[in-house]
Amino acid sequence: MDLAFTKEEQAFREEVRSFFRDNVPPDTRRKLVEGRHLSKDEMVTWWRILNKKGWGVSHWPTQYGGTGWTSVQHYIFNEELQSYPAPQPLAFGVSMVGPVIYTFGNEEQKKKYLPRIANVDDWWCQGFSEPGSGSDLASLKTKAERKGDKWIINGQKTWTTLAQHADMIFCLCRTDASAKKQMGISFIVFSMKSKGVTVRPIQTIDGGVEVNEVFFDDVEVPYENLIGEENKGWDYAKFLLGNERTGIARVGVSKERLRRIRDLAGKVESGGKPIIQDAAFREKLAACEIELKALELTQLRVVADEGKHGKGKPNPASSVLKIKGSEIQQTTTELLMEVIGPFAAPYDVHGDDGSNEAMDWTAQIAPSYFNNRKVSIYGGSNEIQRNIIAKAVLGL
Amino acid sequence: MDFDLNEEQRLLKDSIDGLLTDSYDFESRKKYMKEKGGWSKAVWGKLAEQGLLGLPFAEADGGFGGGGVETMIVMEALGKALVLEPYLATVVIGGGFLRHAGSDAQKAAHVPGIIDGSKTLAFAQLEKNSRYDLFDVATTAKKKGDGWIIDGEKFVVLNGENADTLVVTARTKGDRRDKTGIGVFLVPASAKGVTKKSYPTQDGLHAADITFTGVEVGSDAAIGNPDDSLALIERVVDEARVALCAEAVGLMDESLKTTVEYIKTRKQFGVAIGSFQSLQHRASDMFVAAEQARSMSMFATMAGDFEDARERSNAIAAAKAQIGKSLKFVGQQAIQLHGGIGMTMEAKIGHYFKRLTMIENSFGDTDYHQRRVADGGGLI
Repeated sequence: MDLAFTKEEQAFREEVRSFFRDNVPPDTRRKLVEGRHLSKDEMVTWWRILNKKGWGVSHWPTQYGGTGWTSVQHYIFNEELQSYPAPQPLAFGVSMVGPVIYTFGNEEQKKKYLPRIANVDDWWCQGFSEPGSGSDLASLKTKAERKGDKWIINGQKTWTTLAQHADMIFCLCRTDASAKKQMGISFIVFSMKSKGVTVRPIQTIDGGVEVNEVFFDDVEVPYENLIGEENKGWDYAKFLLGNERTGIARVGVSKERLRRIRDLAGKVESGGKPIIQDAAFREKLAACEIELKALELTQLRVVADEGKHGKGKPNPASSVLKIKGSEIQQTTTELLMEVIGPFAAPYDVHGDDGSNEAMDWTAQIAPSYFNNRKVSIYGGSNEIQRNIIAKAVLGL
Repeated sequence: MDFDLNEEQRLLKDSIDGLLTDSYDFESRKKYMKEKGGWSKAVWGKLAEQGLLGLPFAEADGGFGGGGVETMIVMEALGKALVLEPYLATVVIGGGFLRHAGSDAQKAAHVPGIIDGSKTLAFAQLEKNSRYDLFDVATTAKKKGDGWIIDGEKFVVLNGENADTLVVTARTKGDRRDKTGIGVFLVPASAKGVTKKSYPTQDGLHAADITFTGVEVGSDAAIGNPDDSLALIERVVDEARVALCAEAVGLMDESLKTTVEYIKTRKQFGVAIGSFQSLQHRASDMFVAAEQARSMSMFATMAGDFEDARERSNAIAAAKAQIGKSLKFVGQQAIQLHGGIGMTMEAKIGHYFKRLTMIENSFGDTDYHQRRVADGGGLI
């Protein structure tokens, strides 16, 4: 057992850190620190900087543009990226549909889509959830019917994150209504600009518009846009969801936020002195830091295990990451609320596109608290995660 | 970065797990409890035979030169089997003082007896009002000739009844809560003026309240600097905390395993109660708590080698706080999921819960250590 990173790993951390320092646009960083949403341009600009450096799709196989890093290097990269902070690569392209295409797609599809995903020439969104199919995803009803060399798609998706920016969607569609529910689903990709696609924004409790409803009304899609085999979509979806195991803890994000809390708590007064001097607050902060340290170690155990034994069999500890990671993220937003106290109330009517410079630093703290309630719901709710532990780990 | 055990460590783990599987089922434990002092001399002899009592001592002192990871392996196994024998008091704490600060003569006098199993030690530190502050010492050691005269009262001294030698913290200078002027003394349990009141503890171990009345010890009794040994005490107690973290991980593992087995077999409403989602989720949360504890136990073990003393004690405080939270949840829910049977002395789960609970109240509880982390400037 050894906790230390090697000299090479430490040098790598330095390299990553200094690249972020020199290349992340300052305004982008500031917005992330303040919990603001970024514009499409801001995100794409950064991702192209990252891709130019060769780090846009770091975990892909090298033949498709990946870096060939060790699992520890990936961990370091992610941690530095999250805690700098810089925008994370667009998960829908880089972590979700990309791996499905290079694993199950044909050569033509790989050539057509992968480079465009890496450079975010196409912005991808995810068509999984439906109004009646949340945790019970396999009950989905959106239908794709084969007509000659085309699919005709009808139905509705929801919670489609940033669909307002999207050029492409990867979609789970029912292609065999007679099969058992997991068996009749196919994985189909198509343009969001297709005729019959309608995007309707959903405003969330933080006031922002991150998610959307997407309607399909006789959308015509070329047959060759099917990825892999017909009716095998469920397998690809499971592969996709199991692909990102260690990033989900978002340890770096929480670290950055805890640093901000400590910083603000040294400035904001309560009882005539900075809140950080209040013993009860300080202990609450320490409690959160301890939980995060434990999670970081749990994540390192998973990372070290993957590095040694490959990604084949997931370490049982990996199921801890989503539950604890989301709980801690939520706690950090609660602590921020506690720090700003009554100044949580003012509502920022300008939103993210307003004149940021003039806005008070407290403006996004309450929205960020509201927004972060999502992290224990998405990506398989924490209740679903508990089902998984009970079944897969405890054998219940 | 590596969280795996090396080949030798794996062998060590196999050997102690094997020994305890053979000699420490729950029924045998009940018999050991009834022996004099409340633990088994025969099992202690087996631990000595396998070299486990000499594990952390330097080879030059007749030991095996094991480090923190080796102690973690042993303590986890002892926890898993709910072992009564005084490994913590004798090897980890008593041995810790000798390893870190014992003179050659002191080591020669005490270490061989520890290693061969013929002698055990006890740590007489807690006082009526000291609670978790190691520097809060009212017991005095007054200079007399080359030696000292010790006067004071110590409480809940684990293995105090059986120990051959007591390791006593006493003040040579200053006032009760001064951080200097504290020494550590080796006192024979048979010395004149030592009186003991022994009793079983809540978790089935044995302890004693010990009064020192004009106890005379020689010049060779002080370990380290008799006027300034707080740093030494903190170092050894930190190692004891790390050991308790590992023991607690073993206890939690076994508690979770026992609970999951129980809810798989216990039937109500015609089905195993483990098929109910509310119980499944509780068990999953127990698993999460136990894994977080395991991570911090490993962290604390490796932190034992940190060069920076502040960083080291901060890390260990964080670990003890996390383990405290986890053990309370795992222990309480293990009883809850067992239902009525969990309330009985007959079932083993209650005994695990009791040991876990006593660990929380040993050498600083969750609040105490959380405060240490908070006052130390945090962890991030």
